Amino acid sequence: MNRFRLPILPLLVLTGVIVAVSWAARSSVSRAIPTNLPREMSLGNAIAEVDRKFDEEWSKFDLEPSALADDLTVFRRLSLALHGTIPSLEEIRRFESDDKPDRLTRWTLNRLRDRRFADYFAERLARSFVGTEDGQFVLYRRDRFVNWLSQRLRENEPYNEIVKRLIATDGLWTGDPATNFLTAAFSNDEFDEEKLASRTVRAFLGQSMDCAQCHDHPFDKWTQPQFQGLASFYGHTQLQFDGVRDFGFVDGEPLEYMIEDRETLEQKTISPAVPFGEEWLPAKGSRRDRLAAWITHAENRRFERAIVNRVWGLLFGRPLVQPVDDMPDPSDEPDLLDILGRDFREHNYDLRRLILTITSSKPFRLASTHSETEARRFWTHEEHSAVFPVTRLRPEQVIGSMLQAASVKTIDQQSNLLVRTVRFFREQDFVRDFGDAEGDELAERAGTVSQTLLRMNGNLPHELTKATPLSSVGRIAHSAGTNEECLDVLFLVCLTRRPTEAERTAMLAQLEGQYGNNRARAVEDLAWALLNCEEFSWNH
Amino acid sequence: MTSFPDMIRRDALKLAAGLGLSFSLPAMDSRAANSRGAERPKSLILLWMAGGPSQLETWDPHPGTKIGGDTQAIATSQRGLQISSLYPRMAEQMRHLNVIRSLVSEEGDHERGTYLLKTGYRPDVKLTHPSMGAVLAHELPTSKLEIPDHISLGSSPAPGRGGYLGDQFDAFKVYDPGRSLPNLRARVRDERQQRRLAALDVLSQTFASRRPQVSSRTLHQHTTKQALTMMQSEQLSAFSIEDEPEAVRDAYGDSQFGRGCLVARRLVEQGVRAIEVNLDGFDSHANNHEIHESRASELDPAFAALVNDLVERDLLDSTLVLCIGEFGRTPKINPLAGRDHWPTGFSCVLGGGGLGSGVVIGATDPTGKKKDPTDPVSVADLFATVFQTLGLDPAEEFLTPIGRPMAISSGTPLERLQKA
Repeated sequence: MNRFRLPILPLLVLTGVIVAVSWAARSSVSRAIPTNLPREMSLGNAIAEVDRKFDEEWSKFDLEPSALADDLTVFRRLSLALHGTIPSLEEIRRFESDDKPDRLTRWTLNRLRDRRFADYFAERLARSFVGTEDGQFVLYRRDRFVNWLSQRLRENEPYNEIVKRLIATDGLWTGDPATNFLTAAFSNDEFDEEKLASRTVRAFLGQSMDCAQCHDHPFDKWTQPQFQGLASFYGHTQLQFDGVRDFGFVDGEPLEYMIEDRETLEQKTISPAVPFGEEWLPAKGSRRDRLAAWITHAENRRFERAIVNRVWGLLFGRPLVQPVDDMPDPSDEPDLLDILGRDFREHNYDLRRLILTITSSKPFRLASTHSETEARRFWTHEEHSAVFPVTRLRPEQVIGSMLQAASVKTIDQQSNLLVRTVRFFREQDFVRDFGDAEGDELAERAGTVSQTLLRMNGNLPHELTKATPLSSVGRIAHSAGTNEECLDVLFLVCLTRRPTEAERTAMLAQLEGQYGNNRARAVEDLAWALLNCEEFSWNH
Repeated sequence: MTSFPDMIRRDALKLAAGLGLSFSLPAMDSRAANSRGAERPKSLILLWMAGGPSQLETWDPHPGTKIGGDTQAIATSQRGLQISSLYPRMAEQMRHLNVIRSLVSEEGDHERGTYLLKTGYRPDVKLTHPSMGAVLAHELPTSKLEIPDHISLGSSPAPGRGGYLGDQFDAFKVYDPGRSLPNLRARVRDERQQRRLAALDVLSQTFASRRPQVSSRTLHQHTTKQALTMMQSEQLSAFSIEDEPEAVRDAYGDSQFGRGCLVARRLVEQGVRAIEVNLDGFDSHANNHEIHESRASELDPAFAALVNDLVERDLLDSTLVLCIGEFGRTPKINPLAGRDHWPTGFSCVLGGGGLGSGVVIGATDPTGKKKDPTDPVSVADLFATVFQTLGLDPAEEFLTPIGRPMAISSGTPLERLQKA
């Protein structure tokens, strides 16, 4: 397991230039915490409506919601969901000294305006759009695709515009990175229209049509011809020297989308067709333009419901409707997804507003503890969001948190190059060893023995908990503070909270009478325990 | 790198005893190694040939034909059965085994083919099926084991996964078997380790006492205990081949795969339920013959030594050995002297675990003109055979997380392979 130790120095040198160039291009962000929410961000009605819906649901099922979580706990959730790391001590101190009203909501806006949000969320969204596979080398540039998404998020581009671009953009995968959504499905010298159709409905409408791909869907009303009709929208998409283009003709002949009939084995032409909402489909335009217009049409409830459900899932670690890419048909009665979806649509498909609304509503602010002792009743509470769900952190979140815990200062785009590059390599390595969740990242998962061993005895956690002059552990151990203060800081750095009385008593005993290097060893051991406890690697 | 004698530290037992309830250890119990023959709990050893081995250069040679290439055939200890001359040592062992030469699948892509051959099901976007080994670990838990009961040895592009059964059934990965075990040694001396675990205990109690229901679901305490148990288990010695006689190690061959097969035999003796040993590099789109020569130089001694060892130790009847990859390779030799992907009419070797022996199923067309083999066997039927042999009812259903019932295998066991 010494694998990352060896390559890190030579690779640092080799890639330093590349990293330096790409990072230098990044803009700095304002660190100011807004004192007021911008007027156009007024969320009052939306939050009230969401809260009312939950109040109704809780009283209908006779549920008592948890008490509100304390602000630091919510602050930790926000940082994990939006930046993929726990907050730094620096940030915690600033947050705690902010005594103006609406502290959490204003800090959420601050998190959203941070470069770390755009980068982290871009990766999350990329997974839902193109999965994790590498695609065909040269024709598919995942890095550019993610950077492009990050740029869209930084500019807060409306979500429907982003999706339109993904489906309908022409051009080169390098110069117009949105086209990587298409080239990711290019193999054996052609576009895989079925793969594209399948991804399109899964990612943007939260519908799975993959069963219909080979036969009629066994459960729903989706059929094979409907699926083929959707695939036909990608039937004009061609790869040319100047990139991806739609062509109606090839060598003067009309280009048709042909498939082999499974019964007769004859080739038949399939015309573009949508399975519902024909009236939303424009009569004119390229096939992909028409499809993009249909998918993002304001009356296509599936479009807004799918992204609301996914964002909810990324914020809570668990979506409202599971699985995110196979949601049931919307019903006549508007539910929570519709309430949030409508607000999202009416405010120009603003992802930041959607995130602010969800994170300001009651369920996000509830504690993950509940007085209900009966297991079945407790799960009913969880099912109806009357208690905040405890979910496993993604591998990147665990690594991000470990690295952040090892540093007193905030690790972000303003940290120095060395810290960031080291972070980059460590992350890659740890994520591979820790096991990536791959595509099904919102599925419920428990930990494994390998991961536990890696966390307990692996090289990275060992390095990070060493008391060196630069590490948080070293600084805490060698600072002049009392043992009490030392413990407080250690807990804040690792768990974003202060110790309980029981913890304080037990751990002060470990620090008592320890000086110099012995104290450093004792602090290292406490830090190890903090990084290995359940609370550290679960969202709560 | 961790060395083995260092890892098994008796002091660690004392250490855990001092911890109180949370991280205390289960009592040691008798080992599966003590029993032999049919009374023994059954195990599976999957020899995974990543990349898709050519049937023509392994178990289904067609010498002297247009499709046969440079590969010759040799007689084996099984009357009437010939295999590729690249496998002289396996030829001696074939009487203990069976060959299927007519496997058919619809997956000619590495990733999809691997998924099918590891799980018995075609890829499905809605759920991830458990691998063969994960199903066994789930259905036949071994209470006496302190090390994982689903283990992958050697570097593999796709180690067995727990899928919808849960990540805790993922194969435990040992990348360099017989040489090093990752992350199994504590980083500090016992005294400090004890202090660390004491602090961890306090923290765990805080979290769990506030969330009793949740904590049982996260499995965090459970896996922590498992990890600590494993770190100090004497059973870890099963991963080490240092105390094996040199002659034995030589017989398996000085390769990662050879060491993996030897470790697999030791793990079986320890009672591990499912082990996969990986041999990569079969994707011979160019220079097919040279590639298979090189692969055979590792596979032949290791596989043969493994079978021989299992027979001599009376473990073969309780250990099913299956050697297979994600598909076979084209009868046609391409302009680069390679063979491409071929999911119809590929071969596998299997035996032991209570199966009969000496059976050859199916045949491929020596001219290469007919795509379909005679007596085709589906991947699902192969899986059903393995599960039934190891004592499971293939038709039994799991309820998957999406609420869809799913049979352990959708196939029908091949009665011809059962003991007469």
